[in-house]
Parts: sequence; structure tokens; C-alpha cells
Amino acid sequence: MSNTELYTKKPLPSKLLIFGAVVTLIGAAMSGIAFAGDVQRASFGLIMALMLLISVGFGSLFLIALEYLVGADWSVPFRRITEIVAATSIISILVAIPLLLNLHEVFTWLRPELLQADKYVAKKAPYLNETFFLVRVIIAFLIMAAFYYIFSIRSFKQDLNPTEGFRKTSAKFAALFMPVFAITISVIAMDWMMSLNPKWFSTIYGVYYFAGSVLAALAVVTFIAITLGENGYLSKKLSNDHYYNFGALMFAFTNFWAYIAFSQFLLIWYANIPDETLWFMDRTQGEWMILSLILIFVKFGIPYFALLTRPSKGNPFRLRIIAAWIFFAHVYDMYWNVGPEYSKLAGLKGPVYGLAELAAPIITIGLIAVVFYLVGKGKNLMPVNDAKFKKSLDFHL
Amino acid sequence: MEEKILHSVTGIFETPDDIIKAAKGVSSAGYKKYDIHTPYPVHGMDKAMKLPWSPLGYVALVLGLTGASLAILLMWWTMSVDYPIVIGGKPLFALPAFIPVTFELTVLSASIGTVLAMIIFLFKFPNTSHPLHDTPYIKKVSSDKYGVSIEASDKMFDLNKAKDFLHKLGAKDIEEIYWDNEELNTVKTIWDKKFLGGLVMIAIIVGGGTYFAINKLVYMTPFNWMMEQPRLDAQSVPVYFNDGFSMRQPVEGTVARGWMPYLITDADTAQLSDAKYMNPVPPTEFNLNKGQRNYNVFCSPCHDYHGTGVSRLKAANKQDFPNPPSLHSAKLRGWSDARIYHVITKGQNTMPSYALQITPEERWQIVHYVRTLQRAMNAKPEDVK
Repeated sequence: MSNTELYTKKPLPSKLLIFGAVVTLIGAAMSGIAFAGDVQRASFGLIMALMLLISVGFGSLFLIALEYLVGADWSVPFRRITEIVAATSIISILVAIPLLLNLHEVFTWLRPELLQADKYVAKKAPYLNETFFLVRVIIAFLIMAAFYYIFSIRSFKQDLNPTEGFRKTSAKFAALFMPVFAITISVIAMDWMMSLNPKWFSTIYGVYYFAGSVLAALAVVTFIAITLGENGYLSKKLSNDHYYNFGALMFAFTNFWAYIAFSQFLLIWYANIPDETLWFMDRTQGEWMILSLILIFVKFGIPYFALLTRPSKGNPFRLRIIAAWIFFAHVYDMYWNVGPEYSKLAGLKGPVYGLAELAAPIITIGLIAVVFYLVGKGKNLMPVNDAKFKKSLDFHL
Repeated sequence: MEEKILHSVTGIFETPDDIIKAAKGVSSAGYKKYDIHTPYPVHGMDKAMKLPWSPLGYVALVLGLTGASLAILLMWWTMSVDYPIVIGGKPLFALPAFIPVTFELTVLSASIGTVLAMIIFLFKFPNTSHPLHDTPYIKKVSSDKYGVSIEASDKMFDLNKAKDFLHKLGAKDIEEIYWDNEELNTVKTIWDKKFLGGLVMIAIIVGGGTYFAINKLVYMTPFNWMMEQPRLDAQSVPVYFNDGFSMRQPVEGTVARGWMPYLITDADTAQLSDAKYMNPVPPTEFNLNKGQRNYNVFCSPCHDYHGTGVSRLKAANKQDFPNPPSLHSAKLRGWSDARIYHVITKGQNTMPSYALQITPEERWQIVHYVRTLQRAMNAKPEDVK
């Protein structure tokens, strides 16, 4: 049986592009209105959008590298979807540009009066300064672009002419990717989110963002894979056992996220040092305390019990709902990370939500849809020339 | 010869694909009591055999929740109720600090409980024998072959039909497996008297051994040559000597090693200007530095850093404390080194003896330093050159 019989190409509907474009425009309009009203607040909203897009895009690159490194079989049929979704890491530059123009609005460490007032922040000047920040941002985007080329574009090319040894070189690059990814995503998390509160520091913060990123990427890929599979865009040989593994991985990373988030909290809570507790003080006072408690249930409690049993993981319909939930839990998590910093800066006691904050998930969803259509248009939605493709379709639990 | 009872019919397959097909065939033919044996877990077997999901998940859930509640209960009782201690300024019931322990106990009780439940209820422990054991069939399927066994206790079992069926599926080496008489006659359950008795014996031995090791063994001394000897305790009746001492008095005139008695009294200080009482310590830089240090520590509180006699103690609002005389008077400058040494050793007027605080060598070093101070305060013109 040849590979073409296992999978027949079905072009993506142009509905997807229209949907994506409309949603993106709505999000951009909301953000634009917010910019016209309050540049600072709108910038904080865009930081959430940027972090979400990098989560999904960079997290997808991580999933691809993970597959090559561990030699997984089950995820091979979905690797093309992950490769296409990884393009969001490049498109996130679109969101980064208005932010880079308004850096002084969000980052207090760029304000000379704060540097004079706070000697602890002033001591961080060799790292937290505008030039070095821009250098790091550019290097991070270059790294993402490079690995997008290595993992995704090379894989797209393989569709046209099957190359021997493709897996081997990709696995080598995946091994290189892992340490680079670990450092880059930590730096991204520290630069864009941790430095919103320049006095505060937490060494586990990069891992915290990484755990959430992989969850978000998994949720997006799961959602797209199940939707495409149900509508006949993928091979008919795919079984529920394939989708089961998405559930298992999401369950694992839900636990991992909870473990990391709790580790960060426990150490800071126990040591009780003012330099470290101030970040949690912002999040445990007033209405923020309620939002913090909700986060535990939204991001850990509910997905944990929803994914605990075997039927929920083995049923794609239920899995897709959980994937959507996990994506929005990550949106909420980003709001919980970024929101209090805006409230403190603006002198507000409690949380605020409006056009600026809502624009972030809407822009993210719209851009993912647009990117998926534009990149996936005319391509096979499964890596048909992969050496493991045939074997992976026969995967059983 | 007594008649043997049939247990099952077995067949051997060569590849994992064949055994999956065979499993599908046997399960769809309607057999309920059959089993598949493979040397390693074959993916997709659960579905092919139409196995229901294992009930072990529920055991794990219940035991995990039990472990979590027990952990919380234990920590709440010990930390907040029975023996409340404030640790690190945290509340008595500090939930974040309890979560790691709760997590550990949840995992521990769920995993141990699940394994025990599997061994006892699903594997029917302590019944360890099975008719398939020690047959050529089990030897093959535990190394490189795959096998099916259809049990005779199945409702629709018929020996010839089952054999034909296996043959049709493509099985090789179709065999009949019979019960051993011993296996039939002894049905072991967990309530077996011997098994329970053994459990109790093990519990007693392990418990007793642990108790002995923790409470007795670690406190046993291997030998007590000098640790356990008769001694005189305070406030107790003396036992060794009639005079009430626990030790003998040294002989009259005994001198302790490394200690020189100082026999000169205040009455005969006049002889101290004699040349035989000269300072035995050479006035080197090292000795002067040590002299300075000890002077500053012991002498300067009253005599002042420069020996002027302006007391720091008086300055510190102790008005009753008299200022000592200056060390720079003509009388003191005329004294011999040994005379100053005598005052440090024996004390004079209000000044107590420093014999216990300052060793003889250090006293001579201080004398050198006092001499230096006197010279500095009364410098001659030629000293400046």
C-alpha cells in the first residue's frame, strides 16, 4: 500500500482564512481603540498577546524536537500540524513591533527616576537596559526563525522530494535545540514578564513559563488535529489511540505546571524575604487573591480531574473541549502574570479587564487561524514521506 | 490410573500480528475464559481481546484520597492540636508546608495499595501455582513465541471444536493441558490458616526485631572499660576513703608541672631590685606587640591606654571608682621590672591580682610595654634623633 492511499490531500477551506482574518481584525481593532485611550494599558494587553503567541509557536517547536529526540511513533501523523502551528512564533513579531515602540510605557526599569530611587534595580542595569534588551529580543526571534526553518520548512520540502537521512539530521538538530530552547524561553519569560516587576526575581520563572507554553502548544495542536481529523482532512487510519496520547501529555504537563507553580510559591512563602514576596503580595491582596485561587482550579484542578480517567483521554470529542479549556487557562495564567503589574503601575487596587485585555486572546486565536491557513495552504497535512509514517498510523495503545 | 482433568487447550503463534489476529478471532468467537501469553506487552492487545478496563484505577483513586486525607489529618493533629509549635512564624495549620508531605503520602499509599490489591485480589495470592506452569507451552511464550490458551471451564468449550478452531486460526503445537492432582486438591486462599499464621509470625518477628533494635540494641555498649567506674557524686556519702575525700592529698611542697610558685610577699619587695630578678623575656617586637595587646585588654580599663591613670570606668559614670595613680610618676619609673611584675601578680591597694588571667610570660611582656609607655611619655632629647 503506498502512502498516497493512506492519505489523500484535501485543501483547507477558505472559510478558515476568512474566520482568522475577521477575528484578527476584531482583536486588532479592540487593541487599537485601547491604544487610542490608554497606551500603557493597551501595551500590557499586547504583552499578553505576545506571550501567548510565543507560547504556542515556540512550544510547538519544542513538541517537534521532543518527537525526534524520543523517537515517538504516535505523534508522527500530527507533526505537520505542529510544524505549521510553529509559524506563530515568527508571526508574533507583528505583535512585538507596537510593543517595541512603546517600551517606556511598560518597563519601569527604563525610567531614570526609578533607577535613582531603587538601588536594587539600578544594580541590574548591566542586564536590564534598552540596548541589551533589544539585542536579546532580536536573538530570540532569530533562534525561533532558525529552528522554524530547520524543523518545519525542511519537513515541507521533504513532501516534494523524499530525502534519506532526514530524520537523523533532524534528531541531531533536536538535541541542539533543547539547551538553546531552555535558555531562550527562560530569557523571553524574564525579559517580557518578570522584568515588569524589575525588583522581583525567581529562578524558576522560566520553567514556569515553559510548562505553560508546552500546555498551550499541546492544546492548540490537539484542538486543530481533532477538528481536522473529524472533518476528514487527515488519514482515515487514525484511531482514538492516537489522540489519547495528546490527553496523556496534557495531563502530564498540567501536573508539571502545578508542580513548578507550587514550588515557586512554597519557597518564596516559606523564606518570607521581602525582595521575593512582593510579587506574590501583589497577587494575594484584595480581589487578586480571589483570582489567584481561581487560577489553581482553572489551570490545575479542573484539567486534572477532566483528564484523569481513561475514557476522557480516549474520546476525541471530550479531549477537544479539554484542549480548549487548557488554552484559555493559559490565557488566564498570562493575565494573572501580567495584569497585577499594570494595576500596580496605574495605582489601581484590583484587577481590570476590558478591550485591552480581551484583545490578547482574540488576536492570538485569529493569528493562529490565519497562519495555519496561509502556511498550510496547498501542503499535505500529514508528513507522508516520513520514514515512520506508515508505522505510526498502526499505533495502538 | 486415575483420570486427569483438562484445564485448557493451547496454541502457539509466531508473530505479534498473528497473535493480535488470533486474539480478535477468539474473542469474537464468543469465548470468555481464555488468555493470551506474550513475552512482552503487545500494543493493541487490550482492544483485540475486548478486555474490560481494569478496576485497579478505582483502587488507586480511593487509596490515594485516603492517603491524602490521612496525611492532612496527621499533620493537623500533630502540628496544630497535640503539640502546637510556631515554626518560622507560620500559622499552626500551614497548608502550603503540608502539601509536599500530602503529595508523598498520596503517591505512597496509592502505589503500595494498588500493587497489594493486584497481587491479592487479581493474582489470587497466596495461590502461586497454575496448570500452565512447567509446560513446554509457557517456556515458548515466555521467550520468543506468542500463545493462546482456551480454558475448559468456558461455557461453550468443546475439546475437538476448540482444537479445530485454533487450527483454523493458524496455531501450531496445539496441546492439551491437564490439572495436577495436587493443584486440584489444595485450594489456597488468603484465609488459609497456614498463610495467616505465617503472616502473624512474620509480623511478630519483624515487629519484635525492630523494637529490639531501636530500643535495646543501639543503647548496648560493646565494652565499658572506663565509662562505668565507681565515682563520687556530689551530695552523696563518700565510699572509698574514711576521711571523706574521694582523692588523696598531694605531698606537702608538691609543685604542679609547668607552674612556678611565686613566693615573694608584699613585705619583702625590697629585694626585687636585685639583679637576679631581671626580666627574662627579651624586648623583641613580637613580645612588645603581645604586651601591648594584653595591656589594652587587662590594664587599660583603669590605667588608660597610655598609663595616665584616667580610668575609663570612671568615665563610664561609675563615680565611686577611684582613678589609679599614673604609671609615669618618678616613683614608678624608678621601680625595677620585677617590682611591676609583683604588682600585676599580687595586686596592690584596690587593684586585684591578675595571676589567674595573665600568664607569667605575658606579665613580663606587659612590663616591657609599660616601660615603653614610660619612655615615650618622658622622652629624652636624644630619643628623638
